[in-house]
Amino acid sequence: MDNIALNKKVIYTDNNATTRVAPEVFEEMKPYLTELYGNPSSIHTFGSQVSYKIDEARSRVADLLGAQPTEIVFTSCGSESDNAAIMGILGSNPSKRHIITTRVEHPAVLNLCGHLAKTGYDVTYLSVDRNGQLDLNELSESIRHDTAIVSVMYANNETGTIFPIEKIGGIVKEKNVAFHVDGVQAAGKVPIDLSGSTIDLLALSGHKLHAPKGIGVLFIRRGTMIRPFMIGGHQERGRRAGTENVASICGLGKAAELTKKHLNDENTRVKALRDRLEKTLLEKIRHTFVNGDINSRLPNTTNISFEFVEGEAILLHMDRHGICASSGSACTSGSLQPSHVLRAMGIPFTAAHGSIRFSLSRYNTDSDIDKIIEVMPGIIDKLRAISPFASKN
Amino acid sequence: MWNYSEKVYDHFHNPRNYGEMEKPDSVGEVGSMACGDALRLTLKIDKATDRIIDVKFQTFGCGSAIASSSVMTEMIKGMTLDEAAKITNSDIAKNLDGLPPEKMHCSVMGKEALEAAIANYRGIKIKKDEEEGRLVCRCFGVTEDKIIKLAKENNLKTVEDITNYTKAGGGCGACLQDIQDILDGVWNAKKPAEKPRENEAPKKLTTIQKIKLIEETIEKEIRPSLNQDGGDIELIDIDGNRVIVKLRGMCAHCPSSSFTIKSFVETRLREFVSKDLEVVEE
Repeated sequence: MDNIALNKKVIYTDNNATTRVAPEVFEEMKPYLTELYGNPSSIHTFGSQVSYKIDEARSRVADLLGAQPTEIVFTSCGSESDNAAIMGILGSNPSKRHIITTRVEHPAVLNLCGHLAKTGYDVTYLSVDRNGQLDLNELSESIRHDTAIVSVMYANNETGTIFPIEKIGGIVKEKNVAFHVDGVQAAGKVPIDLSGSTIDLLALSGHKLHAPKGIGVLFIRRGTMIRPFMIGGHQERGRRAGTENVASICGLGKAAELTKKHLNDENTRVKALRDRLEKTLLEKIRHTFVNGDINSRLPNTTNISFEFVEGEAILLHMDRHGICASSGSACTSGSLQPSHVLRAMGIPFTAAHGSIRFSLSRYNTDSDIDKIIEVMPGIIDKLRAISPFASKN
Repeated sequence: MWNYSEKVYDHFHNPRNYGEMEKPDSVGEVGSMACGDALRLTLKIDKATDRIIDVKFQTFGCGSAIASSSVMTEMIKGMTLDEAAKITNSDIAKNLDGLPPEKMHCSVMGKEALEAAIANYRGIKIKKDEEEGRLVCRCFGVTEDKIIKLAKENNLKTVEDITNYTKAGGGCGACLQDIQDILDGVWNAKKPAEKPRENEAPKKLTTIQKIKLIEETIEKEIRPSLNQDGGDIELIDIDGNRVIVKLRGMCAHCPSSSFTIKSFVETRLREFVSKDLEVVEE
């Protein structure tokens, strides 16, 4: 392993993958990993005192989302929340056999739908345009009398493109179909107010907003008919069995409180850092373009294609400078094909292979951006000097 | 990410012999930008001795693709074309102190570009992949011939190996069964799940084949059913056509254990291995 990066300061711009745990969050968690180890379901004071802290965390998360505390169910991760939402709705509507989702969802939704299709469900995958946006007419035409659920992401993890969720919800609720939103990337980056929303279910993941990994949330609107996904004890009012992950729940509560406080910073200072990074890279490096809808996008994300070079090679060079980011290239997607999101958008393979996603957080600084801007042109030049395609252009 | 060797990192960060060559004597090009990697290899060859006196590469691809190209140019520089033609993809991988299994296709790309360049110099027209037999993987344009060739050269036994070496099956996945069938053909494997047709003369098995098949049948066809009832089975010995087993767990105390042996275990083994088998309990 190349360990030069370990000796250097890390410039972390891969926050859509995961985020650092906020120091305040860690402090909040400590007692529940040490002295306060009781089971919140216990009758004795030692255990039950912990349940009050869970209530507090639940209120904090509800407050971030504009929800009621009783509508918040803690899970183990975003993927579990998505699974619980979709499986829970299907379970309570056994006669309805149709699901609608999009081609650009996270694998937690996409692969679940693929699995359900094999077990007899009919799945409609809505297409997206070159900017990654949906055609709402296609959505309304796709809804059938046996549609059980529409599952759409709030914002795309790879490009940051934000879907017009309330417009989508309006169409879905008019036909009286359950509406699930994968809000994992949006929560904490853009304001979400579920109080007057069309959303029935919303998934959220702790580690995307400076809480630890292994904690998630499913918002279930009051009155939504849903079968529990995890069967067992009475925890979470019977909606999600399993002894509570107390420390992480308390950590997530704190993270939600901090996130609400920093939401403005995310949409002003962090957004300005992102914009400067994007604008400068496009100016300094030829044959470069942005993927996604720049008019409706998360404030922290930019997905840039560098033509004629390959993403993993770019990331390996960046790694030497301690810069962390992601790519939609085949070599980094875990399959041999480039990102399904960029392919659905019709981005040419050649450009998809050379795409790099920078995703910032409130911990990024001006000097981080300076450093990236300083080293990127050299990296791309070096790889283009090796590439058989660059010299022809 | 990938667990690359120091050598891969060295060749990636300090690529040798890269760039364009003025008036090369020979060019070998493989891959495409759409596939995610491509390599253009150019050679200068001493006509009197057939020796490679200079080499340059240009690669579009990931870290291991660039490293494979770079190390290959070092290996072949100074070799005669006959010597260079003997280099295999695993030689390239070995010179990098190995590649992650999923990245073996990078070494294959190096070998193919070398082949193409040598053929180009000798005036042999290399057939395009598509013309070389039946197309199996449409996502990456991989033919049956290429799969068979690499399977034999590199002793590849599983579909996953084939994907790692050729990318075939790594896209939509529609050809995975096809690849399995090709591998079965290459290695003469018997499919355990397929029942032999009635009236078909049973194939003569060697003792080793028989033992293997009995073990496989117990593992796949018999044990799972017994496990469901809390039981298990152990193969004790095979003596000619006598298969000696012992039932374990719940099965061991089951009053109908002799029935299980005869009606289930023996029937299954006769069905999948040989109708001459007799099963007895130790």
